[in-house]
Amino acid sequence: MTPAERAKQPPAKVPRDGPDLTGPELHEKLEATWENPPGFIGWLSSVDHKDIGRRYIVTALVFLALAGALAIAMRLQLSKPDNDLIGAARYNEIFTMHGTTMMFLFAVPVMQGMQVYLTPLMLGTRNTAFPRLNAFSYWMYLAGGALLWVAFVLNIGPDMGWFAYPPLSGPQYGVGKRVDMWAQMITFTEVAALAAAVSLVATILKQKAPGMGLARMPIFVWATLVTSLMVIFSMPSVALASGMLLSDRLVGTQFYNPVERGDALLWQHLFWFFGHPEVYIIFLPATGFVSEIVATFSRRTIVGYPIVVMSLVATGILAFGLWVHHMFATGLPRIGYSFYTAASMSVSIPTGLQIFCWIATLWEGRPRLQVPLLYVIGFIFTFVIGGLTGVMIAAVPLDLQLHDTYFIVAHFHYVLIGGAVFPLLGAITYWYPKATGRLMSDRLGKISFWMIFLGFQLAFFPMHIAGINGMPRRVYTYPAGMGLELPNLLSTIGSLVVAVAVLLFVINLVVSLRSGRKAEPNPWDAASLEWATSCAPPKYNFPHLPIVDSRTPLWDAGEKLPVVHGLRVEDREVLLTTVMSAKPDLREPSAEPSPWPFIAALATSAMFISSIFSPWAVVFGTVPVAVALTAWFWPKSPKPEREPVIS
Amino acid sequence: MRRGGAILPFFVTGCSGVQTMMGGEGAEGANFIQLFTVFMIVCTVMYLIVAIALIAAVWRRRNAALTLDNRRHHESSNAVRPALIGWTALIAVGLIGLTIASFFTDRSNAANGSNPQLSLTVTANQWWWDVEYSSPDASKTVRTANEIHLPVGIPVEIKLKSNDVIHSFWIPNLAGKQDLIPGRETDAQLLPRKTGLYRGQCAEFCGVQHAQMALDITVESKADFQRWYAAQLQPAPPPANPLQRAGYNYFTTRECGSCHNISGTPATGQVAPDLTHFASRRSIAAGALPMNTGNLYGWVADPQSQKPGNRMPTVGLKADDLHALVAYLETLK
Repeated sequence: MTPAERAKQPPAKVPRDGPDLTGPELHEKLEATWENPPGFIGWLSSVDHKDIGRRYIVTALVFLALAGALAIAMRLQLSKPDNDLIGAARYNEIFTMHGTTMMFLFAVPVMQGMQVYLTPLMLGTRNTAFPRLNAFSYWMYLAGGALLWVAFVLNIGPDMGWFAYPPLSGPQYGVGKRVDMWAQMITFTEVAALAAAVSLVATILKQKAPGMGLARMPIFVWATLVTSLMVIFSMPSVALASGMLLSDRLVGTQFYNPVERGDALLWQHLFWFFGHPEVYIIFLPATGFVSEIVATFSRRTIVGYPIVVMSLVATGILAFGLWVHHMFATGLPRIGYSFYTAASMSVSIPTGLQIFCWIATLWEGRPRLQVPLLYVIGFIFTFVIGGLTGVMIAAVPLDLQLHDTYFIVAHFHYVLIGGAVFPLLGAITYWYPKATGRLMSDRLGKISFWMIFLGFQLAFFPMHIAGINGMPRRVYTYPAGMGLELPNLLSTIGSLVVAVAVLLFVINLVVSLRSGRKAEPNPWDAASLEWATSCAPPKYNFPHLPIVDSRTPLWDAGEKLPVVHGLRVEDREVLLTTVMSAKPDLREPSAEPSPWPFIAALATSAMFISSIFSPWAVVFGTVPVAVALTAWFWPKSPKPEREPVIS
Repeated sequence: MRRGGAILPFFVTGCSGVQTMMGGEGAEGANFIQLFTVFMIVCTVMYLIVAIALIAAVWRRRNAALTLDNRRHHESSNAVRPALIGWTALIAVGLIGLTIASFFTDRSNAANGSNPQLSLTVTANQWWWDVEYSSPDASKTVRTANEIHLPVGIPVEIKLKSNDVIHSFWIPNLAGKQDLIPGRETDAQLLPRKTGLYRGQCAEFCGVQHAQMALDITVESKADFQRWYAAQLQPAPPPANPLQRAGYNYFTTRECGSCHNISGTPATGQVAPDLTHFASRRSIAAGALPMNTGNLYGWVADPQSQKPGNRMPTVGLKADDLHALVAYLETLK
């Protein structure tokens, strides 16, 4: 039956899942409905959140490798004083690319990738709320990343730092197209991040499994909700900032030009109003990983679920009141600084509470020291150092010395690697069997964990010392005799250890894909819904959508997890539930695969990239974008009729 | 912080101490060390609490049965609630204490600059520092570059400006940093407490040679400072021999004089460092090279290979001109 014929059927005659339609027969029908179209076009057309999430994660890991290689290049240059391995101009490009790639192309996207992959599974639904928007988001991200790296390879990559302070990034001092490449890449990642965030928020609010009220959501889903809302509130600020920078550079506005009564500091306010929440957009999903892993490997529920959730929300709100602590040296009024000192310090309260809850969970539970939990333990040991140095630099008198030195480099690597990458590696190890059907090698996992953990301390702890001994950031070389030789040499050695360890992790990822131990649906004996379906999940995620009545459905209901009956099986359909208490509300058609999100992303990319060279591209470029969007949204569903109530 | 004890040997073996936060030779620098020590102690204690609790939590029941207890996975012991309250109170008290300590230090730093007795203006350029000791009497105004001399024990106010992009003024031994922002005027207050030679460096990324934008600081007795100041007020000495004379002629009639100023000569360029007493400085090209004859040759012959990207072009001097220029520049004591 074609969709058009099916649409004419009376709703009662449409086949639905239920006691009569279950097992292999149901699998066959759902598989046919939710499959991607064949071939390369089908691959491009996929709107499956698992495909998109996987693509996001793999792409982000590629960018991690690229930016990591740049880090090694910098460490080699800095291994001894007055080194001439890399020249000043090239070094500046390299650190700009390193920071930009790590922040915009690795850290945020990899977290969003994990969220896109996991959230529908954790919620017990078949796909995200806006699958095509999700696909569009990935293609935009890929195009933005490609733009930046192609520019770098062609030697027109940015060289003014990932923060791009004007006037250095303005038309007077940032000559050529280097800064435009950077600023337009920001536009791409903004669009991508906003699209993914909107889709995630809608999915979380409306597609929870029946019974999964807000207070029963897994903590990772809470973290996803909070960070997605943060993306929605912070990205407009950087969109405005980079848009104004581009218009200064391309059409002669003077927003940031002090000579024409613009203000160079305006950029810093707008950039950090986004830039500080960005850190939490990276960090909060990681705390979500930690909460899930701690609970599973302690074999008990997280202690203080409401405290953890409130901490996430509080951090998300406080994050927007801290941006001025990046600007303590700019000469703003001192009384204002006091407020930002207090606000910055107060962030450590919710974070301290989360740490309490994790340790209490381990204390109350019976911890199993497997690789994901090792990463969590390494995370706490490392992140807390970064958190405490964060408290130090919240104090104005301390920050005025420590600001823009290697102490800060040490601080934020402790926060971002210790606080986000360690949990991420644990999370990848933890959910790898869910995504691939096989477990990663335990032995190789332990070796790479210890090497990463110890190598990291060796690489980054000495940077505190280098900073205190007077080494500023973003310098391609330093003179001998200032006490900087030893810390820098140690850092370089440590960074090489980390590089080898990450390589081992990647080898483990690749090798386990073929030879890893096969995974049962729930290999870690975890409690949340993603473990209720097979490893890897079928295209449709769950044969029957689950119903939950606790925070730990798999521990409480086990095999007897109750399910929903009555969704269509020959059309893509998801169940919408109410926001607060997740009562079944509506049945909603879910988007079919379509190449149009890809084509729309291509058209948008063409417009964005050509606008670097001529502002008129913004005008003419809208035509193909409009065509692609029209095709994408072309209405095809007939008038809806009443359908039977879902049981 | 766990390795807090390991920091000490680093400092001791480390540096000659010309550019370190642990010098404390200025009032604000000393305040920094004090406050940093307080924070370090509090943070180390907090870290140890977390680390010990974490190790104990993991260690406690590591050999317990591996099965999931279905009935009891939600339950927590009675110890959790008091521990949570205690921990929250500890964080709150610690943070409030540190915030107050920070505020008082900040006030103390602000007070350092309340009564300045010397005022100078530092203007940042890509990638060098223009320094002017202003005086109501224009003939008493001193202009120099990439060096600052300060009398010990005298509060100084420094007006900070930038001619191009954002830079940051930082002499860690004396005080924290302060940005120089085009279109805005900022200021820094210094109160040097010990004589000595220090080094400052630009701390905000400002373009290709950000790494080579340093500043030599001399804190000296009031008498020494006045001697230095009087010497700086003098015009450059006239060339004394034919070689120096040739250098003088080249400098004042060819490329050099269009950018550099040497007081008392026809060279009056204003866009590059003032060279009137160039040879009395400790370094060349904003700390890029120590001042000596060899480096001077290298710099004048080919500044682009010494500090790539800087604004001074390599003009392709003939050997005779190079010898003459260096000989002349070395007279500019």
